[in-house]
Amino acid sequence: MIYYDKLIFELSAPGRKGYTLPANRYPVHAAVPGTLRRAEAPALPEVSEPDVVRHYTNLSQMNFGVDTGFYPLGSCTMKYNPKINEEIAAMPSFTGLHPLQPSETVQGALEVYWETEQALRALTGLEAFTFNPCAGAHGELTGLMIIKRYHELRGDTARTKIIVPDSAHGTNPASAAVAGFEVVEVKSLENGRIDVEALKELLGPDVAGIMMTNPNTLGLFETEIKTIAALVHEAGGLLYYDGANMNPLMGVVRPGDMGFDVMHLNLHKTFSTPHGGGGPGSGPVGVAPHLVRCLPLPRVIREADGHFSLLGAEENSAGKVSGFLGNFGVILRALAYIKMLGRQNVRRVGELSTLGANYIKECLKDVYKLPIEGVCKHEFVFDGLVNDGAREGVPGATTLDVAKRLLDYGFHAPTIYFPLLFHQALMIEPTETESKETLDRFIAVMRQIAAEAAEDPDILHNAPHDTPVRRPDETQAARNPILKAL
Amino acid sequence: MSGFPYFPHTEGDISAMLSRIGAASLKDLYADVPEEFLLKGEPDLPDALSEEEVRAWFSRIGAKNQPLKVFVGGGVYDHYTPSVVPYILSRSEFLTAYTPYQCEISQGTLRYIFEYQSMICALTGMGVSNASMYDGPTAAAEAVRMAVASAKKRTRVLVSEGLFPQVLEVVRTYAHYGGITVDTVPVMKGQTCPNCLRGALAEGDVAGVLVPQINRYGIIEDHSGFAEAVHGAGALLIEYCDPSALAVIKTPAEWGADIAVGDGQALGIPMSFGGPYVGFMAVKKDHLRKLPGRIVGETVDRDGKRAYVLTLQAREQHIRRAKATSNICSNQSLMALFATVYLSLLGPEGLREVNRLSADGAAYLHGQLLATGLFEEAFPGKPFLKEFTLVSKIPAATLQKHLAKAGFFGALDLGEGRVSFAVTERRTKEEIDALVACVKEVRL
Amino acid sequence: MSKIIEGLKYSESHEWVKVEGNVAVIGVSDFAQAEMGDITYVDMPDVDDEVSAGEEFGALESVKASSDLYSPVSGTVIATNEELEDSPEAINEDAYAAWIIKVEMSDPSELDALMDAAAYEAFIA
Repeated sequence: MIYYDKLIFELSAPGRKGYTLPANRYPVHAAVPGTLRRAEAPALPEVSEPDVVRHYTNLSQMNFGVDTGFYPLGSCTMKYNPKINEEIAAMPSFTGLHPLQPSETVQGALEVYWETEQALRALTGLEAFTFNPCAGAHGELTGLMIIKRYHELRGDTARTKIIVPDSAHGTNPASAAVAGFEVVEVKSLENGRIDVEALKELLGPDVAGIMMTNPNTLGLFETEIKTIAALVHEAGGLLYYDGANMNPLMGVVRPGDMGFDVMHLNLHKTFSTPHGGGGPGSGPVGVAPHLVRCLPLPRVIREADGHFSLLGAEENSAGKVSGFLGNFGVILRALAYIKMLGRQNVRRVGELSTLGANYIKECLKDVYKLPIEGVCKHEFVFDGLVNDGAREGVPGATTLDVAKRLLDYGFHAPTIYFPLLFHQALMIEPTETESKETLDRFIAVMRQIAAEAAEDPDILHNAPHDTPVRRPDETQAARNPILKAL
Repeated sequence: MSGFPYFPHTEGDISAMLSRIGAASLKDLYADVPEEFLLKGEPDLPDALSEEEVRAWFSRIGAKNQPLKVFVGGGVYDHYTPSVVPYILSRSEFLTAYTPYQCEISQGTLRYIFEYQSMICALTGMGVSNASMYDGPTAAAEAVRMAVASAKKRTRVLVSEGLFPQVLEVVRTYAHYGGITVDTVPVMKGQTCPNCLRGALAEGDVAGVLVPQINRYGIIEDHSGFAEAVHGAGALLIEYCDPSALAVIKTPAEWGADIAVGDGQALGIPMSFGGPYVGFMAVKKDHLRKLPGRIVGETVDRDGKRAYVLTLQAREQHIRRAKATSNICSNQSLMALFATVYLSLLGPEGLREVNRLSADGAAYLHGQLLATGLFEEAFPGKPFLKEFTLVSKIPAATLQKHLAKAGFFGALDLGEGRVSFAVTERRTKEEIDALVACVKEVRL
Repeated sequence: MSKIIEGLKYSESHEWVKVEGNVAVIGVSDFAQAEMGDITYVDMPDVDDEVSAGEEFGALESVKASSDLYSPVSGTVIATNEELEDSPEAINEDAYAAWIIKVEMSDPSELDALMDAAAYEAFIA
């Protein structure tokens, strides 16, 4: 990667333009009254088309993507993004549709929703899905609104609490708070699983539900799930499944069968759609039969005659959570992926992602601390180096240092300092689209880094050495925020 | 195993890996899953298809959609997408990257977000923008939550009935679950009624007021005195804006707003049946700490080079968990890049020209439709840009259906006999003449 | 070794209190600032806000963490340290000089529940 030091504003010169527009052939000219006009033109850049193309190409070259290299970012499922998906999403017969067009003129688009819903039903064991949430956290929020609505409709307004494990993704408690719930944390046991006894203490008539991900954020299957589901249901609560960790279950286990009532999926993780540097994603929410009436609106329905229509009114609905029907372009990509996989290949998604994670874990656990032994699913967590090289006057190498050193070797770093159960958490998720050769190279580099740490931790402290920029002064950035140019 | 293009593993790789792990089979890796939860056989999915079959399937499904010349807005506008934009967005370094947590190898993403924030500030006149929200309606809902969070203990917000219905409904949904009371301010003579606003403010307990700069009737609202009234009541003023129109109309900052939100779709983003778009949110500098979502800041690296980082993260869910300003994590980053590249190409003059062409086209269509005698002015003399509303003598549904048959999407039904039309720079005078000719046939 | 000052009262959530008549001057201990690392922002209440003993009144932020501040006493905020708005690092430089808020106490007997320097030293040991 090459350092390139320009902002688009710095290429601007008055009079340059990067667009063409048709000649104005209208006989009338509208004028905005002076009192409603802005005083000065906005300070946007004035640049030519080649300036723009070269600038953004240069910027892109300071970025690392899945197409660049291995991206073992735990809980993010950075799998390969198939190129046919992009072609499908760019088809003018889909991109040219206005969301308010009459249903009879968008039957194809509605069928895409319906087809995707059928596939997600088959993979999750749930009854129906909404596609309106635009991201994972948005799906969580929607799912929690559905849970709240369900209890409201039963007149059970005393259920104000949501239980969240201490190992949960940060979005879980945040989403619960935005949905108006009080968050109660349930502790994990030494073996990384939910403490069922502690859970029993928390359950009661004030509990609306529990949010879980299974496998959990340590990559461990919650073996007591059946007991947990029975306890929560008995106490009148519902089970929410955070689909961020769905990948190892693809084609192998269905959340609906485990007793979950509501779940979201991350199409930008499990269903191969590109993450785009932080979205657009898509967070469809699935529900068990008793919650279908609470799904947000609008919703695609197939009529008896095979026609598709939009359900726009339903008094029991949780409400409207986004402008229209979510990120349609992302849903198109996910359906293309499902069609490619088909029933024949889907199981391998789960199995191979699990195989890769266990393989890395076994090959590195002598040099990185493995806090919990045993088989993992698609990801696992190390708690820092076995030998961090600490010595008189020289602090040991931390997880941050390991992460930064990986960048020098051309790998993206794992997720670090999450989950919060361990101080030096290093969360590794390889995905099913990485070859044994790639994993072997990663393992070799991780061992090399461990050796460097033992020898001279300063090599790691000073990493990265070979990236476009080195470690930034984040304290300065936060104390004196510079948040825009000019 | 017959092999699959996205899985690199050979049978030999699988056995070697299993043996390193000490497992006999792939099934062994699920030994911790209770037997009853293991799926027997294949899930009920369709058969795997070849790439060409997948393409053919989507072409066939796509052909079931009817392409229409769009003469409707309602918050989504058919503006032109310069070819450079999708070209840049398809660069895999942008497309296939995750959130820029490792800033040393994410300077590309971080830098365009910084540019995006700068451009949103330039358009709105506000001090600080975040890195994007899901869409306009959710941005409005988050702004309402932010106003309530800032107000301490006050839980009532006022929203204009002039907002697009999808904005109002999403705000209501978020508010319902957040324990926020939503009261509406009516539209009188085509604009959010200032006296009604003052009256509602006087009832007290108001944390925020949400009003559209350009309302669902297409009218550019006059918000003179709004900021004084709202601030006088100790509340925050939130303006819902069309970022394209901001090239010419008074900015939310000029109206004295505390928060500006809206949908970036009008910046050339394909309509794509509702998404992906990009919501934006910008605030006065004083409110920075309550701003939800990611923010990129400028700093230097340890060699003194200019560098960009995600900053002020202590507001966010991954640190604050239940106490975060919002639960938002992934936003619409690639669509923020879309807006950034679009605005770079268009610049201030291009964007003004887009508005001029659209507004002149709308004014022309407005005049031609009135001349048919089938419509009356809904709000005479009220200023509009690319979208306007008329009272139709033909029932809206009849008119819309008739137009659809001729290949037009026009006459959005706003109720009470009102219909709206929109024109962008993509529509030609010939298309407008054809639409008007088609309308005239309805009578015949 | 963290610095501890004689004559101040300390809470288990690491705030210190200096009593000036009926006013409690409140800050965080040297131990707390060291745990936080470089402080980038101090979230403070407004003057005239009511605070209660044991309840949050603000937060300290660093680049990667946020830590809530709990009031050791109940009462009304009569001043906040405006210097911290621009220079949060003052807490890192001298946690006992950089007070955060001053509270007019409604129940000075709440001070009895706090630790003295010796007890606090044992508490953080």
